[in-house]
Amino acid sequence: MAKAKSETTTAAEQPQRIPAMQRLLDNHFLLLFIGVVVPTVLYLLWGVMELSQIPIAE
Amino acid sequence: MSITADTTVIGGIAAKFRTCPATGLQVDLAAERLIKANAVAAIVFLAIGGLFGLLVALTRWPAVHLLSSDMFYLVLTAHGLDVLLVWIIFFEMAVLYFASAIILNCRLAAPRIGWLGFALMLVGALLTNVTVLQGDASVMFTSYVPMQAPPNFYLGLILFAVGALLGCFIFLGTLVIAKEEKTYEGSIPLVTFGALTACIIAVFTIASGAIILIPTWLWSLGYISHIDTVMYKLVWWAMGHSSQQINMAAQVAIWYAIPAMLLGAKPLSEKVSRSAFLMYILFLQLASAHHMLVEPGISSEWKVFNTSYAIYLAVLGSMIHGMSIPGAIEAAQRRNGFTNGVFEWLRRAPWGNPAFAGMFLSLVLFGFLGGISGVVLGTEQINIMLHNTLYVPGHFHATVVAGTTLAFMAITYLLVPLIFQREIIWPRLAKWQPYLFGLGAAGISLFMMGAGTLGVSRRHWDITFSDAALSFDYPPAAFLMLGLNGLSGILAAIGGGLFVVIIVASVLFGKKVDASNVVAALGPTPQKQMSDTVSTYGSAGTFHLPGTYILVSIFFTAFVLYYFVNWKYLSELWQLG
Amino acid sequence: MALTSPESKVWWNEPVGRAELTWIAIAFLWGVFMFSMMVWWHLEGNQNLSNEVYRVSPAKFEAKVEAFTEKYKVREEADIPVAKPEPGADVYMLSRLWEWWPILELKKGQTYRLHLSSMDWQHGFSLQPVNINIQVHPNLEHVITLTPTQTGEFSVVCNEFCGVGHHTMVGRIHVVD
Repeated sequence: MAKAKSETTTAAEQPQRIPAMQRLLDNHFLLLFIGVVVPTVLYLLWGVMELSQIPIAE
Repeated sequence: MSITADTTVIGGIAAKFRTCPATGLQVDLAAERLIKANAVAAIVFLAIGGLFGLLVALTRWPAVHLLSSDMFYLVLTAHGLDVLLVWIIFFEMAVLYFASAIILNCRLAAPRIGWLGFALMLVGALLTNVTVLQGDASVMFTSYVPMQAPPNFYLGLILFAVGALLGCFIFLGTLVIAKEEKTYEGSIPLVTFGALTACIIAVFTIASGAIILIPTWLWSLGYISHIDTVMYKLVWWAMGHSSQQINMAAQVAIWYAIPAMLLGAKPLSEKVSRSAFLMYILFLQLASAHHMLVEPGISSEWKVFNTSYAIYLAVLGSMIHGMSIPGAIEAAQRRNGFTNGVFEWLRRAPWGNPAFAGMFLSLVLFGFLGGISGVVLGTEQINIMLHNTLYVPGHFHATVVAGTTLAFMAITYLLVPLIFQREIIWPRLAKWQPYLFGLGAAGISLFMMGAGTLGVSRRHWDITFSDAALSFDYPPAAFLMLGLNGLSGILAAIGGGLFVVIIVASVLFGKKVDASNVVAALGPTPQKQMSDTVSTYGSAGTFHLPGTYILVSIFFTAFVLYYFVNWKYLSELWQLG
Repeated sequence: MALTSPESKVWWNEPVGRAELTWIAIAFLWGVFMFSMMVWWHLEGNQNLSNEVYRVSPAKFEAKVEAFTEKYKVREEADIPVAKPEPGADVYMLSRLWEWWPILELKKGQTYRLHLSSMDWQHGFSLQPVNINIQVHPNLEHVITLTPTQTGEFSVVCNEFCGVGHHTMVGRIHVVD
């Protein structure tokens, strides 16, 4: 029922397509996902990789 | 929008609402109670942590040198924990519940879980505090391994973090409910989007905290024999610094919220402001690298990329907010009729309203003192001159005290009438409070940065080295700086104490707020000089904002000059390669 | 306003003012410039922290420092040996609760490879009044290439909190012509 309703409102009130960037900014859980993955990869994983590669002193 | 009695039962879940006399919004009473509890806990810990801060400042003032060395390190540990973590995260929980349930006109998801989270946070905060005050856990807020605290120190922090994580889930759950039940149309409001940004950063922060604090707790219990010191720091700062980035997002949301409530300000551009928040979501957390710039074992490539928040894209976000927030205020004031000259809009702003004054001071002090110093301090090579000097606490007192704390104080002046439904008592005293606190906080920041530039170490009990085998004297100017820092600390403590007293007294004894006095209870707002012009977004019809352009130009000039001055100093250093 | 949903459904397509666009462009370019500044300083600047690091046990590092000190010891100050290595040599300094050991005597304008590590907790190597600050970890040997450009008596203050004796932890480096 809710689905049918949302389809009719989409047709009536939104003649324009919502731009991709606006859809991204309205997708809260996708934002959550990238907001956690980006620092995890760039900061944590990259950092841990470097620390695991320190050579042993002779 | 008409809401009838039966809408209080949604999806079989009963929620009780009252109607807000100011906005007509339905206020979920369960959300309201949770906001009250979290705000009260926050302010109690602000009072405790702030008092510890005063003791620290008075000990670092060489002429006063209040505490013994043992007590100094103990109190400094407690100060860091209570204000950097406990005060702000309790308050942020209140902000998250407000920005979801209240602003979205929605019932709060799972209020019982909210109370469980609150209880965990409270028990955790108390457990860690008691462990520190017992005296065996003077390991500083950072608790760098292999320095070890008793297990309860870490356990308290873990409980606190789990409680905060539950609060984040409730925020996200409330967004889902609001969307399902169509309590808003289209996109969530910008302030809620800022709160979402804070929530996302909080999830990363807390997850990092769990990754590092759980093994450290087990190590303290004896189940793990060794924790790598740089690894600890790397992951710990993903929590320790990102937790301050939660503040950043929350305080920017508040900077948008207060002018909207008091002046009817609209964002100049939803697209630009939300994109700026997106830069925070993606890159702000990388700045945890600011603490890793002179550590061995991590390459310069990692340091340069992460310390620059991916080529300064998160700084770009802040600089955008730095224009669009004063711009929104200027546009609103010009729409309200204050169109004379370049700065009438600013002169005739409600400077006597502590919510507005606190918000604007917070914005200016954060930008000029905290923002610029943060970027300079976080420049990989310049950090060699400043790492672990008093410059570091100087910087983050500009961001967390003059910025976040002042912004949180400012919004509290509106939460008391709207959520606690009480008038602020002693409005004349309240009028001066943000100025006192702002001046004190600005002094603390500036004088600590000054002492740090002269090389004075942070977290150091005795800069005269009276018990050391080899002697060393810092320049006399450093002693002057620390004296001025002590005086500023006293000023900030008076301002902070005043805030706590005014808010507690208002909540307990303030006049009840209802439809008859709710507008007045929000404090003075400027009288409109003309009727609203029709505009769908903030800059429509007022694209020309000369005052804002001038403010932004002054900021940028200061930024560029200070940046190059520090490279000049660096070039005179001994050669390192 | 900021507390209500955007009034137009497709707010992404609303125009952005020219002044705002200009500011965004300036801020973006400034960011690129500041990023490039750090990269350029690695290529052309003279103050960059070395990335040469090895894993080492405290006992092994201590043995190296003792051998170095014995070889180059010229005198004692406050019961701490002073080592005067030849220019260009590998020089060693260890940190432990609560001292920097030994004292070094270096020549101005000469380049040394300074090896730093800790015997116990983390410490902060803060060379004063020059103001060079480097974090020192146990189990890691950090090799820093250092060229003093001034003569005089310099102090190494510990600027990482390391317990109740933290504020008594001072070391020494002499630089002579």
